[in-house]
Amino acid sequence: MAETKMVSLTIEGRAVSVPEGTTILEAAKQVGVLIPHYCYHPGLPVAGVCRMCLVEVEKAPKLAPSCATTVADGQVVHVHSDKSLDARKGVLEMLLINHPLDCPICDQSGECELQDYTFQEGRNDSRYREPKRFNPSEDFGGDIVYVPNRCILCTRCVRFMDDVAHDTVLNVSERGDRAVIGKFEGKDLTNVWAGNVVDLCPVGALLSKDFLNKARAWELDRAASICPNCTQGCNVMIETRENQVVRMRPRPNEEVNAFFMCDYGRLNYRWMNERQRAETPLVKMNGKLVAADWDVAVPAAAKLLTGNRAHIVASPMLSNESLYLLTQLIDTSKGAGVFRVAEGEEVPLPGVEDLALRRDRAANVYGAEMLGFKKTNDVFAGAGKGDVLVVVGEDFDGLDASSISNAGDVILIGPAMPNWIAEKAAVVLPTTNFAEEEGTVTNLRGRVQRFSQAKAAPGLSRPTWLVLGDLLGAIGKQSQFFLPSDVFGKLASSREEFAGLSYDKLGFKGLPVLNAKAGAA
Amino acid sequence: MGYPHVPHQKETPVLTKHFGEAEARSLDGWKKRGGYRALEKALGMAPADIVNVIKDSGLRGRGGAGFPTGMKWSFMKPGDGKPHYLCCNADESEPGTFKDREIMRWTPHSLVEGCAIGSYAIGAETCYIYVRGEFTEPLEHMNAAVKEAYAAGILGKNAMGTGKRVDVHVHKGAGAYICGEETALMNSLEGRRGNPRIKPPFPAVSGVFGMPTTINNVETLAAAAPILINGADWYKKMCLSNPKSTGTKLYSVCGNIAKPGTYEVVMGFPFKEFLYDLCGGPLPGRKFKAIIPGGASVPIQTMEEAEATIMDYEGFVAGGSMLGSGGVIVIDDQQSMVGVIARLARFFAHESCAQCTQCREGTAWATKIMERIRDGEGTMEDLDTLLEISENMTGKTICVLSDSCATPIVSGIQKFRSEFEALIHGKKFHPVMAAVA
Repeated sequence: MAETKMVSLTIEGRAVSVPEGTTILEAAKQVGVLIPHYCYHPGLPVAGVCRMCLVEVEKAPKLAPSCATTVADGQVVHVHSDKSLDARKGVLEMLLINHPLDCPICDQSGECELQDYTFQEGRNDSRYREPKRFNPSEDFGGDIVYVPNRCILCTRCVRFMDDVAHDTVLNVSERGDRAVIGKFEGKDLTNVWAGNVVDLCPVGALLSKDFLNKARAWELDRAASICPNCTQGCNVMIETRENQVVRMRPRPNEEVNAFFMCDYGRLNYRWMNERQRAETPLVKMNGKLVAADWDVAVPAAAKLLTGNRAHIVASPMLSNESLYLLTQLIDTSKGAGVFRVAEGEEVPLPGVEDLALRRDRAANVYGAEMLGFKKTNDVFAGAGKGDVLVVVGEDFDGLDASSISNAGDVILIGPAMPNWIAEKAAVVLPTTNFAEEEGTVTNLRGRVQRFSQAKAAPGLSRPTWLVLGDLLGAIGKQSQFFLPSDVFGKLASSREEFAGLSYDKLGFKGLPVLNAKAGAA
Repeated sequence: MGYPHVPHQKETPVLTKHFGEAEARSLDGWKKRGGYRALEKALGMAPADIVNVIKDSGLRGRGGAGFPTGMKWSFMKPGDGKPHYLCCNADESEPGTFKDREIMRWTPHSLVEGCAIGSYAIGAETCYIYVRGEFTEPLEHMNAAVKEAYAAGILGKNAMGTGKRVDVHVHKGAGAYICGEETALMNSLEGRRGNPRIKPPFPAVSGVFGMPTTINNVETLAAAAPILINGADWYKKMCLSNPKSTGTKLYSVCGNIAKPGTYEVVMGFPFKEFLYDLCGGPLPGRKFKAIIPGGASVPIQTMEEAEATIMDYEGFVAGGSMLGSGGVIVIDDQQSMVGVIARLARFFAHESCAQCTQCREGTAWATKIMERIRDGEGTMEDLDTLLEISENMTGKTICVLSDSCATPIVSGIQKFRSEFEALIHGKKFHPVMAAVA
């Protein structure tokens, strides 16, 4: 690779050296200066239209749009000088003259860049005395509704659909202050990636119908996580209100999902709030399942496993930690581990390399395979007579009593517990679901990524890794873990693919396993 | 004024020489008048020599900015492996300007010839003539002329039998003022929405289809032929004042004046003489009040300023305005300045491409305030607000449309403040009363 030339300049009195061709706005970020902006987004082509990022560059005749101006040696940039502040104040005033100022009923309120910058450096009054422009809200199809009165015409949505999704649905219609975001005739925002325009919209003009009126931004708790709905492993924030997941939004990660996620993943979060589930450990006594303490139920399960071969059906939603502990159970009992995975159509996002809604619709298919679990359509077929069937984290979608009619004792570990399996189960150990525990998953390119707990689990449910650790201890294995990072440490020291990795090293952007599959083919 | 049009004796008809002669529209008629001799001469020269002649002539862009044409042509570096383009900006939509329209209406071949010379001089792959959508008649003449020129072998693979390839295409715009802005024109030509592009990159680096492009006004390109025939010195000598402004300039005069029309005078001609002598002065019983000398987007001149102005690039600046496109709008004492400015502002608000915030919102806001003042609903604070909005609209956007909207407002308030105040203080503008006063 040719050596990139570095350019040195001064921004707000801070010296910075950046590669040639960097914009002033990006260079400023590196020294901790956020230049206010609307139309600029690092994942989109530069438009330079909002004129919010105007800064003063010494010796330049006019204020420069910092998103579209590249750095030059010796440049001296003033972001907060009177001249630049006045210009931005002017832009903010103009953006607000036709804005309905309906923050109290706007979904974006609290996470609105128009609100933020106005508080930060806008005028505290308006000189606008004329009637405001009005346009009715419009259903854009898919999950999206458009509120033109709040729109600042930054065109991020148009550029996303054109240049990233390669699906020309949106445009700027009309001219002057009559301009609105329009939809081409016969088209709707039904593209599976279209939901990103809601995140991209800096104001409350493009809203998610799914999230509409569900919560105010400041009522939400946020947890850094991984979208569990396919093997891409898009980095996300799981947002909860009162312990209910109400929204998933992408978290930037250049290596995995840039700034985006698909609507399939985004909207597929309701199962995280599922209440029809096992909440208490259960043990079968006299042919009936009865509630038991953990210190009764775990030994009961251990007793079933002792001396028997275990056929383990694991969910590909399980973390590496849980799967690793299961491999130990397989080793001890000379058993086998299998999983099944729901499949769908692969839908790439053309504008981002190697980003797609993947065929396999579960988070940790690659991790499961790497740890020795076999993918199969009939997960119960391998269970021999007398084998103990251990079902972990399985959602039982599409399965019924007939599928396990041959099995011997069944140990059910997981959040889901359909009635028909309850009849077969000897022990039920309730665990938390993906959003309720912490761990790591490995995406299809072999990238190990951490997810954190977003909500509390109901009842006596415990994290899967904790339950499995206790179970291993109860059957006599040396096993005592207090944190998922402990389990991961053990995994890293015993599996060469994970060698050298730790929670601290992974951070919240993840790292590839050793000899990870290459990126885009 | 209609044609046939006898030029005033103080005019110097170079480009307007054959206006009114319907025969000049045809190839034969044009050839009879010496047409395509310049192209023939040009094709026998080295391109760089043509550029030098244009440079020496001192020809400057006639579209408004006045950039030296020869220098612009020399920015094109042949042999970089990319196709180069010449664009002819015939999207003449500046209010009050209709000089290019007349060139295309009467002497379409002069423009075809100029385009061919320009194309050859800069080594352009193709020349696109972007004709304003509303120009239905000029478009017909241009299409006919280009067709004739191809049929006669003047254009094409073997231009005038020299073995050199010169291609000219006519493209019809869809009718947007902003497409006269050079980069918006390029977007429109490419089939995109006519939005101005951020500069840099400038067209000479990345223009039409992302390739190096030169863009010239109709009048500029049409002037290339007579310069090549008569020589750079001949052109340079047509100068009555500042040597930086040479040659002749077409002015389209409209508004409250006795003889509106298109006039061609030498650079440096006195504006007072032009208005009162060539154009016949004010209408009977009226007095000039103000002049917008270069199309709607230049500052308004008071009569004192206008009468002291020398008509060239520097002279109009010294006179408090700009030469601009040469669209002279004359406003007399029967007009309300506030009304005129409100109408101009409405035009710009309507034509804003809606990209930049200050322009999209500012032009519309300023229009609403102007119209409110015009209707007697204004306040004194409105004047300050207008000046501040105008400040926010100036020099902060991608193109100069928003500056253009602010310009007449600011110069109007500065120079005709009493009219604004009278309306604000309840005195409705009354043309008869104004004439008496």
